[in-house]
Amino acid sequence: MTWTEYFVIIIVVLIFIVVFQIAKASEYVSVLKGEKKAFQQNNRINAFLMLVFLVVGLGAAWWCNKLLYKKTLLWVPSASDHGEHIDTMMWITLAITGFVFIITQILLFWFAFRYQSSEKRKAFYYPHNNKLELLWTAVPAITLTVLVSFGLYYWYRITGEAPKEAMEVEVTGHQFGWEYRYPGKDGVLGRQNYKLIDPAKNNPLGQDWKDAANQDDLHPSELHLVVNKPVKLIIRSQDVIHDVGLPHFRLKMDAVPGVPTTMWFTPKYTTEEMKQKTSNENFVYEISCDQMCGAGHYSMRGVIVVETQAEYDKWISTQKPQYLTANPGGEVAAAPVANATGAAETVAAPGNKLVAVQ
Amino acid sequence: MSNEIAIQPGISGHEVHEHHEAHHHHETFITKYIFSQDHKMIAKQFLITGMIWAIIGGLMSVLFRLQLGYPDLQMPWLEDIFGHWAKDGKITPEFYYALVTMHGTILVFFVLTAGLSGTFANFLIPFQVGARDMASPFINMLSYWFFFAASVILMSSLFVQTGPAAGGWTVYPPLSALGDASQGSKVGMDLWLVSLALFVVSSLLGGLNYVSTILNMRTKGMTMTRLPLTIWGLLFTAMLGILSFPVLLSGFILLLFDRHLGTSFYLSDIVLNGTKILPNEGGSPILYQHLFWFLGHPEVYIIILPTMGIVSEVMSVNVRKPIFGYTAMIASLFAIALLSFLVWAHHMFVTGMNPFLGSVFVLLTLLIAVPSAIKVFNWLTTLWRGNIRFTPAMLFCIGFVSMFISGGLTGIWLGNSTLDLHLHDTYFNIAHFHLVMGVAAFMGMFAGVYHWFPKMYGRYMNNTLGYIHFWVTLICAYVIFWPMHYEGFAGMPRRYFDYMGWESFKQFAELNKVISFAAILSFLVQLSFVFNFFYSIFKGRKVTTTNPWGATTLEWTTPIRPGHGNWPGEIPEVHRWPYDYGKDGREFIMQTEPVGKDESSH
Repeated sequence: MTWTEYFVIIIVVLIFIVVFQIAKASEYVSVLKGEKKAFQQNNRINAFLMLVFLVVGLGAAWWCNKLLYKKTLLWVPSASDHGEHIDTMMWITLAITGFVFIITQILLFWFAFRYQSSEKRKAFYYPHNNKLELLWTAVPAITLTVLVSFGLYYWYRITGEAPKEAMEVEVTGHQFGWEYRYPGKDGVLGRQNYKLIDPAKNNPLGQDWKDAANQDDLHPSELHLVVNKPVKLIIRSQDVIHDVGLPHFRLKMDAVPGVPTTMWFTPKYTTEEMKQKTSNENFVYEISCDQMCGAGHYSMRGVIVVETQAEYDKWISTQKPQYLTANPGGEVAAAPVANATGAAETVAAPGNKLVAVQ
Repeated sequence: MSNEIAIQPGISGHEVHEHHEAHHHHETFITKYIFSQDHKMIAKQFLITGMIWAIIGGLMSVLFRLQLGYPDLQMPWLEDIFGHWAKDGKITPEFYYALVTMHGTILVFFVLTAGLSGTFANFLIPFQVGARDMASPFINMLSYWFFFAASVILMSSLFVQTGPAAGGWTVYPPLSALGDASQGSKVGMDLWLVSLALFVVSSLLGGLNYVSTILNMRTKGMTMTRLPLTIWGLLFTAMLGILSFPVLLSGFILLLFDRHLGTSFYLSDIVLNGTKILPNEGGSPILYQHLFWFLGHPEVYIIILPTMGIVSEVMSVNVRKPIFGYTAMIASLFAIALLSFLVWAHHMFVTGMNPFLGSVFVLLTLLIAVPSAIKVFNWLTTLWRGNIRFTPAMLFCIGFVSMFISGGLTGIWLGNSTLDLHLHDTYFNIAHFHLVMGVAAFMGMFAGVYHWFPKMYGRYMNNTLGYIHFWVTLICAYVIFWPMHYEGFAGMPRRYFDYMGWESFKQFAELNKVISFAAILSFLVQLSFVFNFFYSIFKGRKVTTTNPWGATTLEWTTPIRPGHGNWPGEIPEVHRWPYDYGKDGREFIMQTEPVGKDESSH
């Protein structure tokens, strides 16, 4: 240990001793002064502090808001349509709970100050009042009904079926990173088996190469989404539970091994637009793992690029199917290989799915 | 045996001789202090063990707050103490996750369950219902010693080479099931599970005793509706524990099977490091979460219900007027206890559960806000037109209500699944549960300790230290947890070792320093409480009257230092409810005083 550290410890111990000596002395003083007088004095001080705490506390809460508001997402528009519902919901809840918070805290500390012990006054014997109790059972019940109704209305809209035109992307978590798989031009994600996973053979997602649907599946290192186009994420995990946390879209969904989950939303702003909206030129959409997953949990970061359809088409055309990497020179059966011309259009594919085709 | 400490109703401050020797039988050091069957001594054992755990658990939070507040600072003294866990004076991620996991486990189970219920259920139930001891003093003693064994095993897990459990206090599999997934899931995890299994046994033995004592051993005249609210709180707490802890135990046993016997209850389709393919198929990690939270949610009420009872009782004594709405207080305790079994899945909104099922849990969860609101309004009305004495215990009651409001209201946010999508597992959540079941429960516990210390040791704690303890704790609690709501509004995830690599979360570096500073200060102030506690046992001002607070309940009819058996003579008879303060112009009327002819009825 360094000298400064010893010094800090010594100071803490000294403060401790001083406080204790004062406390002990005050006890002797109260004995000398008479218990009653000492009690009255202490009571007045504590009652006054109640009032001080109330006023300073409310002031500090306002100040804290002023300092921190701009560092949160409260003022940043939600980047997904679902998130807008969540924001609306949040402001409704904030208004109601904020109102109750201020009223009850004021009453609590005001009553504590106002009804401090006094010899002039007797406590009021008031054991119950059925009307009052009925009132404050009914009012919270009605308020909560309102909150539950709003909440569930949005909840069903958010968790409902994804629209048919939604693009599908698979997101797979493992210790400590994310993998993305696009279905390719056939619009179908090929069959997987976890026992086939073998990064050494260029098959980190356990794709079954016998399934023709796998042959055009793309495995890029970034997640690219198209602005204003619904996307359905199919979320998997290879080892422990992870969570796809999307703070700017206001969404989250766990990645559970053995039990794939889904989540859909429509991105509203491109990454470039968000840079302007947040006045932060380094802005990126980040995927944070929100479920404790081991020693590297804090570093399990993914990046989402939201771009226009044209930019997306250009990007996706540069991606090469994993099948070709894993099977160099292997036969390409069934599905035709994606060509790299870059011209994209949207056509109806079998299985009622609308997919992007190069 | 002399009976000079006659029960004289309505007379307070009446001088009595101290009775050290009111025992029925000869006691040795071992039977009196170690394998004691006296409920008062067992209560003290639980309290002091709980305090030791609280210091360890608090110290852990200081260490990980150092990392969060000062991620770049090198502190060589850390390496001196912790060796390879703090290489180059910096806490390693493995150490950080072990610290947060053990902090949670220790505080939730060992301090706020065993330390809290164990102390006050043991101490107050026989005293306040009018019994000489628990229904089974022997089982009561076993309850403590199972807790002690659990403590020893958990403590030993801190010293194994691969460290203690490190997957969060909820120990979700597969992370906790696979030693290859995390260092903490090696032998440390086995010790954790064995320790918690013993803890469940302790909790069940204690709980069964509390319930049977309350139901069967009340003194003459002590009907259920004359019980102080402390006893009601403890009764519901014990029932919750009895009904939910066995489910937790079953979850743990299945986890042990998955770890060692090759079963697949929680495991399916797992590949570790991309190379190690496990054979397990068909299990569901979500099953564990259901089993865990079926206890885990009642658990938070196991923590808060006793403190609600303590606060109601201590507040009424110091406001010098009855608790407002005694029946409504019992009804709301009952409603909370009942609903607590029906809301567990609100911890699991984002696990991919069926949205319809989620909506049922939203409804039931927000229902709990109704009885909670009733309690808050009743406490406020109890303060209204009172004559408040600010003893340290009373100050902590007010702190409790303030914390309960602040943390309770954010429960309405998180219980609504729509908002939970955004705020789940962020700092908003940390702020919520620390305020409502961490700080609030501690405040209730402090209220209880300051209030009943004179009954425990025949001496008072130092008031001035108590006042400093309260005000610094209150301010620090808000400085620590209030700004965390804002970190949550930024989506900042909990359980992160470092935020510097994140564009979205790195803007809070300054704030994290402030929070860490307040956390360290708050820890030091708790040490002053511990010092005050032990100093006062030996050197505190002596209690000179049997009823120093002018309270109405039965424990204040016993001698200043009651022996085993509590009352030297007959157990007093009860004639009225415990809240006759300020009635008919009298300051207080003890429960033992018969109802007068011309007394008004309430």
